[in-house]
Amino acid sequence: MAADILNIRFLNFVLVSDFGFRIFRLMSVLVDKNTRLCVQGITGSAGGFHARQCMDYGTNVVAGVTPGKGGQMFDDKIPVFDTVWEARQETGCNVSVIFVPAAGAADGILEAVDAGVELVICITEGIPVADMMRVKAQMAGKKSWLIGPNCPGIITPGECKIGIMPGYIHKPGSVGVISRSGTLTYEAVWQLTSRGYGQSTCIGIGGDPINGMSHLDALKLFNDDPKTEAMILIGEIGGTAEEEAAAWIQDNCQKPVAAFIAGATAPPGRRMGHAGAIISGGKGTAAGKIEALKAAGIAVADTPAAMADTLIARMTAGN
Amino acid sequence: MNIHEYQAKELLQKFGAATTRGKVASTAEEAEKIARDLGSDELVVKAQVHAGGRGKGTFANGFKGGVHLVNSPEEARDVAGKMLGQTLVTHQTGSAGRIVNQVLVAESADIEREIYFAVLLDRATAAPLIVASTEGGVEIETVAEKSPEKIMREPVNPLAGLQPFQTRKLAKQLGFKSSEIKPAAQLFAALYRTFIESDCSMVEVNPLVVTKTGEVLALDAKFNFDDNALYRHPEIAAMRDTAEEDSREVEASKHGLNYIGLEGNIACLVNGAGLAMATMDIIKFYGGSPANFLDVGGGATEGQVTEAFKLLVSDENVKAILVNIFGGIMKCDVIAQGIINAVKAVKLPVPLVVRLEGTNVAAGKKLIAQSGLAVIAADDLGDAARKVVAAAKEKL
Repeated sequence: MAADILNIRFLNFVLVSDFGFRIFRLMSVLVDKNTRLCVQGITGSAGGFHARQCMDYGTNVVAGVTPGKGGQMFDDKIPVFDTVWEARQETGCNVSVIFVPAAGAADGILEAVDAGVELVICITEGIPVADMMRVKAQMAGKKSWLIGPNCPGIITPGECKIGIMPGYIHKPGSVGVISRSGTLTYEAVWQLTSRGYGQSTCIGIGGDPINGMSHLDALKLFNDDPKTEAMILIGEIGGTAEEEAAAWIQDNCQKPVAAFIAGATAPPGRRMGHAGAIISGGKGTAAGKIEALKAAGIAVADTPAAMADTLIARMTAGN
Repeated sequence: MNIHEYQAKELLQKFGAATTRGKVASTAEEAEKIARDLGSDELVVKAQVHAGGRGKGTFANGFKGGVHLVNSPEEARDVAGKMLGQTLVTHQTGSAGRIVNQVLVAESADIEREIYFAVLLDRATAAPLIVASTEGGVEIETVAEKSPEKIMREPVNPLAGLQPFQTRKLAKQLGFKSSEIKPAAQLFAALYRTFIESDCSMVEVNPLVVTKTGEVLALDAKFNFDDNALYRHPEIAAMRDTAEEDSREVEASKHGLNYIGLEGNIACLVNGAGLAMATMDIIKFYGGSPANFLDVGGGATEGQVTEAFKLLVSDENVKAILVNIFGGIMKCDVIAQGIINAVKAVKLPVPLVVRLEGTNVAAGKKLIAQSGLAVIAADDLGDAARKVVAAAKEKL
């Protein structure tokens, strides 16, 4: 009996490795119909609500984690575990999404990374920046990716939705969308879908000053992805991530890219909702970012209403 | 969140950072007593408002200068009396000025040399960074422009913290004498501790001074706190002085709304920070001027939406309102009901343009149509921006 359990565990491990390998080989879209999702904070109201929404979309949720509630079943079908370590052992989950309140979210990220989960998506907003600083330092050298925090999540339309975005606005296709903002991503996606252009994957990297995956990391994934033919890059004031992405695109990216930068009208020194969106010491302005993007040959939309049209014009011109 | 100079001094003292002795007074008598207790004949009396340029400011009663050197307790009392309860106008306060409710009475430092020293969160490396310069007492941006070689940067490992050798190296690089290395290193370590333990995004000491007697002191400190971490620092949250803030922003924060007041005449109510910023941008693009940034967030209730709407309507500069919602977690029908409730409670004095998309959009649009409100419906973001700009122009 014990041997059987060991065998199952071993099989599970092989399975996990296999999935891990495939995810990392295709990488392009990070998540797909083979994704095995764990939801940290599944018994909370936000975690539960969004876990159901993701399942309704077709996402393969295999486990939930809430410390102290191990052994329960979520909606009579998803096993709940006390730790991510256990969830990973038992279910082979390879992606975890975090809906844990801000005070415990940084710990939740590290728990998932420690368990060997390949992709961790932290939706939680309001995590102290000092906590994220320590998370980032402890993740150095680890294989796991982190998306977020303070982000809408990631979706591969028609296959897998992990996060809080409304599923119906998306359509399977070939445009990759990368954004620091949630609702502004929906805006771009809806513009694309309304014009008949589907998306390969949409990644919300989050609005905090310290986050996991950067614009540049996401761009590289899309650039290598055969399914992705063009990209929309949505940035905002603060930091220098958009400038770095622009420089890389100029030298390395053959696919059409359109961009929009929010915050041209933001007053300096004020935090515009997102903790990361602040112009300080004359750095991180929208004007500076737009200039860098244009200098790199990227089509920059004049207004947020023109994101899709700007990309489509660039795609058509390229043909 | 900003804090007063005297509060900054208290924080520094709490973490053992050497600074001049001093206390805050709310009356002229208190100022006199503090001056007497300090027992020094070189003192400074400083008006406590959240604005720069105090020294060169003027009071509405004609008294010049929000910072005065005094030589006796009697003089401290006299100067404090002329500042307290009066309105101080500086280049940062605008013509309305700020009422001075408190003054700081402190020892005046006999300055030999001024240094710039800051601990800040470096986004690029996701770690604390110390930025220092021998050019103290001037803005660091000016130094960065004119003599960037005079700015030194010392990165700190966030897991290990600032190491003692780093503080000594910094002291040496900043030209401290051998006899001053120890107090300088101690002060740097204390400032780093203040930064970490108070969850700051920046502590800027300008100037950090060496006195003629060889003391190393943090003379003036500016703090930026991480709003996300305030929940674990109730003592810092309690330092907030709402009298120093935009009254609209104070009202908004009571209802958990993310609001920043601006100078324009088109109010906007949006869900999501990025979309809220982008909405302001597109208003500007079509020739309008946003009156505010307002992100009602993803989980706002009908009540919060109603309060948000009341806040927008109460701004007398507002000539038109744009509601731009892309429902994700936020449901369009909740927004619609919140607006309907608000308009029932307060009369709608200006045109209202509404653009709804996303979760429960049909239900939201139906609610508004059935309410009989005079709403200008918009199909998309561009359409909404053009319509609200046109509506605001008509009202002018």
